[in-house]
Parts: sequence; structure tokens; C-alpha cells
Amino acid sequence: MKILVPIKRVIDANVRVHVKSDGSGVETANIKMAMNPFCEIAVEEAIRIKEAGHASEIIVITIGTSQCQDILRSGLAMGADRAILIETEAELQPLAIAKLLKAIVERQSPQLVILGKQAIDDDNNQTGQMLSALLGWAQGTFASKVVFNDGNVEVTREIDGGLETVSLQLPAIVTTDLRLNEPRYIKLPNIMKAKKKPLDILCPDDLGIDVNSRLKVLSIEQPAKRAAGIKLADVQELMDKLKNEAKVI
Amino acid sequence: MSILVIAEHDQQTIKPSTLHTLTAANLLGDDVKLLVAGSDCQAIATSATKISGVTTVLHADADHYAHQLAEELAPLVTSITDGVSHILAPATTFGKNLLPRVAALLDVAAISDVIKIESSDTFVRPIYAGNALATVQSSDPVKVITVRTTAFEAAAIDGGSATQESVTTSAPAGISTFLGHELTLSERPELTTARIIISGGRGLANADNFKRLEEVADKLGAAIGASRAAVDAGYVPNDYQVGQTGKIVAPDLYIAIGISGAIQHLAGMKDSKVIVAINKDEEAPIFEIADYGLVMDLFDFLPEFSTALDNL
Ligand SMILES: Cc1cc2nc3c(=O)[nH]c(=O)nc-3n(C[C@H](O)[C@H](O)[C@H](O)COP(=O)(O)OP(=O)(O)OC[C@H]3O[C@@H](n4cnc5c(N)ncnc54)[C@H](O)[C@@H]3O)c2cc1C
Ligand SMILES: Nc1ncnc2c1ncn2[C@@H]1O[C@H](COP(=O)(O)O)[C@@H](O)[C@H]1O
Repeated sequence: MKILVPIKRVIDANVRVHVKSDGSGVETANIKMAMNPFCEIAVEEAIRIKEAGHASEIIVITIGTSQCQDILRSGLAMGADRAILIETEAELQPLAIAKLLKAIVERQSPQLVILGKQAIDDDNNQTGQMLSALLGWAQGTFASKVVFNDGNVEVTREIDGGLETVSLQLPAIVTTDLRLNEPRYIKLPNIMKAKKKPLDILCPDDLGIDVNSRLKVLSIEQPAKRAAGIKLADVQELMDKLKNEAKVI
Repeated sequence: MSILVIAEHDQQTIKPSTLHTLTAANLLGDDVKLLVAGSDCQAIATSATKISGVTTVLHADADHYAHQLAEELAPLVTSITDGVSHILAPATTFGKNLLPRVAALLDVAAISDVIKIESSDTFVRPIYAGNALATVQSSDPVKVITVRTTAFEAAAIDGGSATQESVTTSAPAGISTFLGHELTLSERPELTTARIIISGGRGLANADNFKRLEEVADKLGAAIGASRAAVDAGYVPNDYQVGQTGKIVAPDLYIAIGISGAIQHLAGMKDSKVIVAINKDEEAPIFEIADYGLVMDLFDFLPEFSTALDNL
């Protein structure tokens, strides 16, 4: 069984993001980029499934600029077997990404696609669900546990009220939540090995997919800042403020 | 044209998230249809006719809708989109699981976490953990939207007089099965609708200490929340997590105890009306957004605060 893991390159989670003053986007020049944290968890999960003997090959894939090869190499160094880059300069939206991924799924026939639940740049939380819809597959979103059970996969999902477990027919889609696993650190020798693993480059046109979107971003702005508050001396003062100034208790 | 809202319910009652979503729907048009899909859910559908702002309750009843699986609900939703200009659901795990699937089946974009409706085709949504706001415009024939519930008031549960229609059910997809759930039971108010929230972080140091928040929460009638660090360390279940990837809350009063204030946490609570932070590190970033900060050891704070509440 093959597993396909779509990964996204995003601004590192520890970077403080600044909005450009002209409203065109956020500052990305000379900013540290990294694999989306949820995607790292997806790669890790795929490797664990392979290590447990349920999978034979892991393919990592990203859709983005040529620079995105760095996260593909990270995925390979973690333990994926080969990589695909669909190279484009365009900033694609989840529906277009899902369509491109569907074309790759049709060529590669994986039984399982593991995605992050959300990319921490656009916070869309859509691509996995869209890909399942386009393929007509079952979806186990926000997974905190994934268990193989002859022909099915059992997914424990993090939902608002607690946890829910569903059984999905394969082939299926899983999207990862933060507590699914803790991604391994990449060891130096594996970085060297990853350089020799195959990385294919395609472009959207090769796949015959229309990536145009009817959703236009008009502007990106900075939200109103909260005015800084005050430090208080003790609990007494806090009680007084909450009761008499803020009137919330 | 009508606005279709997908009701979130637990087979017994309509969730408050649905009420907030209805308020957003009413900003988009007058003809608001509420889909109540479930198994044996006639009673909820009937009670939903009283919610103000709903014109029609669409009721779909079938065994395969019992667990609100997206694989089953998505084909139902796409079968009733004639004359529909917008499809809305709350941006809860229910809506986030379902609506992108619906959107892809309709070959349109999904617009997540909308906090403001500028016009029938233009919406504002936070990105980068709320560090930026994107204004987006859709020219899709149907706009598929999840609504951030904290950004819209709840519609009144009475005063309405909607008509009720039953909907032809879709054939079972049968590709996924619900096995079970473990829901967190609590007598306290629900996080996303609570007026007061008291949240704990890694500073609480262990699960036993975390329980000390309960006493204070009970005195305040507050819900209990947590940072991801506290959830990851196993002090409390996952559904307590507030933040970019947990729940978004905006209570009147949010008290953060032993939480540093990472951007991912702030993303989930910075729209609270009044924020109080208790932290022994005066440099903790949480103080940058707190209205009232106390630089203090939380283990000294909790008993003092508890006593002060008794004397209120
Ligand atoms: C992709 C991604 C998504 C994330 N999503 C979320 C999310 O949704 N929600 C979330 O919360 N986090 C999220 N995080 C994690 C976030 O980055 C922080 O790691 C987390 O919020 C830290 O939790 P904390 O403040 O409890 O712990 P810490 O940062 O360790 O802070 C503990 C605080 O307690 C104080 N303290 C310790 N002892 C005491 C004492 N005795 N008295 C008083 N104060 C004390 C310390 O001074 C410190 O400020 C996410 C991270 C990533 C990468
Ligand atoms: N450009 C991309 N290339 C590959 N995978 C992507 C891309 N964008 C999103 N994904 C996948 O979809 C997940 C959810 O992203 P999103 O729906 O954008 O929040 C990510 O964690 C990735 O697994």
C-alpha cells in the first residue's frame, strides 16, 4: 500500500507575522519558512504506519514554488521514499490544490492520503475534506489516533465535545491533529541520504487541471490592536477592578 | 434566492453555534432555510421552527444521518441547493468537517471562519492565527461559508414561526461508520458560550493542581479552558484547548492562569471583552494583551482569589 502525504511550506510557527502596509499580504522576505507543523505530523504518521508493516511506500508532495523542494527534502530525510513537486508561482487555494492532488492520486493510486488538518498560514482547514469529496472517499479529519484493521482504518477524531471514533473504508483520507504523534528529529546522515532520493517535478499544465479560482483576496490588513492594560498590585485591587471598573463579576 | 444554514445538533437540541450562524445568515438575506438532518429528529426540527429569523426548517430523517458523518450529509446538502445563494455552518469541528466537502462537490471555494460580512459576496476572515485579516470576494454561484460563532450574536430561540418541510433523503454513502465517542461531561457552562472562562496553562504543573481551578470556576459560574501545553501534558482533555487550532472564545471575562501567551493561544481568546492574566514572569507576552495583569505565583493567587470571591 502506498501513502501520499501532501505537505505545505509556510512561515515558521515561531515567527511573528507582519502585515505589509500596502494591504497586499504579509512580509515574507528573509523570513524563516518551514514545513507546516500539521504536515510534519502527517509525514511522521505515514512513517509509523510503514514501520508497522502496513505500507510499502511513502510519497511526499507539495504544490508551490521551486523553493518548496526544501520541505520535500525534509520529508525525505524523515523517512519518505520519494517526492513530487508540482511547481507553480501562483498562490493556489484549497479547491485547486485538491484538484491537483486528485490528479496525482489517480496516477499513483495510494490507499491512504494523510494531510495536515490546517495550514497555519491561511488557516483554511479545507484541503483534506475537499480531496475526499472529489475522490468520493471517506474522511477522518482532526485525527488523534489512527489504527489499521483489515481493510479499514479506525480514526479517533478530536471534536468540540471530546473524541469520536470512526471506521473508514480504504482508500481514505486522514487529516492530522496536533496530538496524533510527535514528529521525529531529522538525523544528519538521513539528510545526506535524502539528497539521493527521487524528486519529480511537474507543472499544473502537465496534469491538465484548471487552477483558476473565483475567490479573490481584496486586501490583507492588520487587525485592531488591543490597548495594553495595566499591572495591578494584588488580588484586592483585581477584585475592585473586575467589580467596579469592568463590571464583569 | 435563499440562505441555507446547516444546523449543528446532538440529536436532542440545536447547538448554540447554530444560533450564531443564523444571525450571520440573516445579514445575507431574508429567506433563511435551516436544515435539520438526523435520525429521529422530528422534535428538534419542530422546536427549530420557533427560532427567530428562520423562514423554513428543512427536515431530513434517516438512520445514516444519525452521527452527522460528512460523507452522508454532504450529498444531502448538495441535493437541496436549487435557489440557494449561500450555504452556512458554524466554524466548529462539525462545520469544518462538512462544508469543505460540500463546497468541493459543488465545485466552489469554501470560505472558512468568517468574522464579518461586508456584502453578499465579500467577507472578512482571520489568517495567520488572527495576525492578519483577509477580505475576500467570491464570484462563485454559491458561497459556502463557515461562520466564527464569537463574531455574531446568537439568534433568539423563540419568536419565530417557520414552516416545516421534509426533504427527500440521499442514498447512504456507506464508506464510513461511527464507532463511538467519548464526550467530556461537565456541569459547567460550555466553553464557547460561557460568559466567564478561567484557563490554565503549563504553570499549573500537573493534573491535580489543575483541579484547583474548579473551585474558583464554580464560584464564578465559569467554564474551564486550557492552553495546548496543558492539554498535551494531560492535565485536561483535548476539548478544553483554546487557540488557533482549538476553540475560539470571546467571553466577557477571560482569566489566564500560568499561560505565557503564545500567538497560537492568543488567536483563540484575544477578542474576549476583559482579559486577566496571572503569571509570575512579568515579561510573559500575555501581559501585552491583558487588561489587568498580576505578576504573582498562581499558587498564592488561587486561594486568595477564592477567598475574595466568597466575600464578594
Ligand atoms: C501549529 C501550532 C498550533 C498551536 N495551537 C495552539 C492552540 O490552539 N492553543 C494553545 O494554547 N497553544 C497552541 N500552540 C502551542 C503554543 O505555541 C504554546 O506552546 C502554548 O500555548 C504554551 O502553553 P502555556 O502558555 O501553558 O505554556 P508555557 O509557554 O510553558 O507557559 C507557562 C507559563 O506559566 C508561567 N508559570 C509557571 N509557573 C507559574 C506559577 N507558579 N505561577 C504563575 N505563573 C507560572 C510561566 O511564567 C509561563 O509564562 C500551538 C503551537 C503550534 C506550533
Ligand atoms: N500547496 C500545498 N501543497 C501540498 N499540500 C497542501 C498545500 N496546501 C495545503 N496542503 C495540504 O492540506 C492541508 C490543509 O491545508 P489547508 O486546507 O490549506 O488549511 C495541509 O496541512 C497540507 O497537508
